[in-house]
Amino acid sequence: MEELARIVPYFGTHNPKVARAIVIAIMLCAPVAALGVGPAWVRILDFALLYVMLAVGLNLVVGFAGLLDLGYIAFYAVGAYTWAFLASPHFGVHLPFWVVLPLGAGFAALAGVILGFPVLRLRGDYLAIVTLGFGEIVRIFMNNLNHPINITNGPQGINMLDSLHIFGWDISRKIVISDDFSITSLLLYYYVFLAFVVLSVILVKRMQVSRIGRAWAAIRDDDLAAKAVGINLRNCKLLAFAMGATFGGVAGGLFGAFQGFVSPESFSLMESIIVLAMVVFGGMGNIGGVIIGALILSWLPEVLRSYAVPMQTALFGHVLLDPEILRMLVYALALIFMMLLRPAGLIPAHSRYSKPELVLGKRIDVSGGGVQA
Amino acid sequence: MIKLLEARGIHKRFGGLQALTDVSLSINKGEIYGLIGPNGAGKTTFFNVLSGAYTPEEGEFVFAGAELPYGQPHKIVQRGIARTFQNIRLFRELTALENVMVGHHTRSTAGLFGILFQRKHVREEERLVTERAYELLKYVGIERFANTVSKNLSYGDQRRLEIARALATEPQLLALDEPAAGMNATETTHLRALIETIRHDGVTVLLIEHDVKLVMGLCDRVAVLDFGKKIVEDVPVVVQKNAAVIEAYLGGAHA
Repeated sequence: MEELARIVPYFGTHNPKVARAIVIAIMLCAPVAALGVGPAWVRILDFALLYVMLAVGLNLVVGFAGLLDLGYIAFYAVGAYTWAFLASPHFGVHLPFWVVLPLGAGFAALAGVILGFPVLRLRGDYLAIVTLGFGEIVRIFMNNLNHPINITNGPQGINMLDSLHIFGWDISRKIVISDDFSITSLLLYYYVFLAFVVLSVILVKRMQVSRIGRAWAAIRDDDLAAKAVGINLRNCKLLAFAMGATFGGVAGGLFGAFQGFVSPESFSLMESIIVLAMVVFGGMGNIGGVIIGALILSWLPEVLRSYAVPMQTALFGHVLLDPEILRMLVYALALIFMMLLRPAGLIPAHSRYSKPELVLGKRIDVSGGGVQA
Repeated sequence: MIKLLEARGIHKRFGGLQALTDVSLSINKGEIYGLIGPNGAGKTTFFNVLSGAYTPEEGEFVFAGAELPYGQPHKIVQRGIARTFQNIRLFRELTALENVMVGHHTRSTAGLFGILFQRKHVREEERLVTERAYELLKYVGIERFANTVSKNLSYGDQRRLEIARALATEPQLLALDEPAAGMNATETTHLRALIETIRHDGVTVLLIEHDVKLVMGLCDRVAVLDFGKKIVEDVPVVVQKNAAVIEAYLGGAHA
């Protein structure tokens, strides 16, 4: 929150309260504004929020604990398939969201621990390769577990997932207030997702400024020294994998409910890379940066999709570059320029893992210049 | 004299290299114990075996009356042995204050759910840890830089910070690996005063050092390692006159 407020032009540095109010206002009004352009844009916003949740979860593993995870989307898949199994006609089970979501999160956390154990001793590139393999294994399982017993329905995916019912109220149905005024379900989903995102961010921030967050940062900066101050590396790494996976699992469940359909192709390696790109692009370790990164990189392709084709037909008379190709090009360019101009990400991490003001009151200069005289 | 740490017949081999051969020594409670020896004598290896980073082939450590576990550095820290490194190893992206707070890890208890729900005892612990960390920065004299990212500290201050971080684990035995390396004369004098204060406050100190003057002036007892073997263990005055020690340092011709 503070990180986001600080980047508001002018007010961010001059009047934090106003900056914060602006951020909240944007968060609340964005879908209404998007609705003015077209309902498709609200849908894009909804997806952007899911990506924010994924990026915030992945940031916990990559940004805080320094464990490069290229198979993160597997946890998203676990969450989504949990929803598909427990809330769809596929098995004929229809459990409410407050059972399915925690279960999805739990299964994802379990998957995180399962991934975590074999990779405890790996670092950097080696860790990336194994996690990448893990992500693919999960996807291939989803793809092939339709035979001999049909569990996942294979490549066709599972259809007609239950939508989100909150206390008996189906938010996929629009609220009709009068004949010409109604609130679409897209808008409702937006606010539900927003609530989940805000909750995730609060929880992640609490972990960051705590004994656990500091232990993660210590492992990231120097694991030998972390051992030497008495940190149990195994437990801390497993906890990082499990907690990161939990957020992925919740996001996956929400995705299933929102989309109404899951299939293995939504969980390809490319998705893992995109989420990682969001984290790196925004600024590893900085929650505000990661949120901005996720928002920009999930909006950009959609903007391209809607403007690239008409623009090209207007300019050249026919479509030269498919938007899908353009999307990859823009991603690549964005990352290359990022590495050249701002190697630490859009908003470099000034992440704090403590609250010095607890002891020092106002004597301390939080910007890092030491205590003021 | 109460023995705090006793090493019994420690052997450590790296492939064909016998790094430590039958090293036995004992450190008394409340003393400053020096471990010296020429380069490659096995001093740092001894440290790494003691702190659990390496497992010895033979031998055992008895610390405060009970044997130390092998290969689990975090358990050894819990038992009350803290160490610093020859080449400084700080958590570079964390501030000085946070570095020391990480040191409190084993002495604090906040669990995952306490943190997620910000339970009262967790908030209280967080405040105490912050306070204690600041006190420790004051103790080593770098509280001005509490909020400076540790990689931006000067060399001497980084050394001090590493000591503060080690003290944060509330050790009975503080093992310092060449703390004066690369320090100028003034910094060494300050360091010496700091080590004396630490001892005065009840922490036993094990000191590996190249600066013979510092060791001889500071330590109550000194052991000398050469080629992985302990050649002598005694008070500094005696060690200085020992023929084997002079030979190890200056070569056979001078003995």
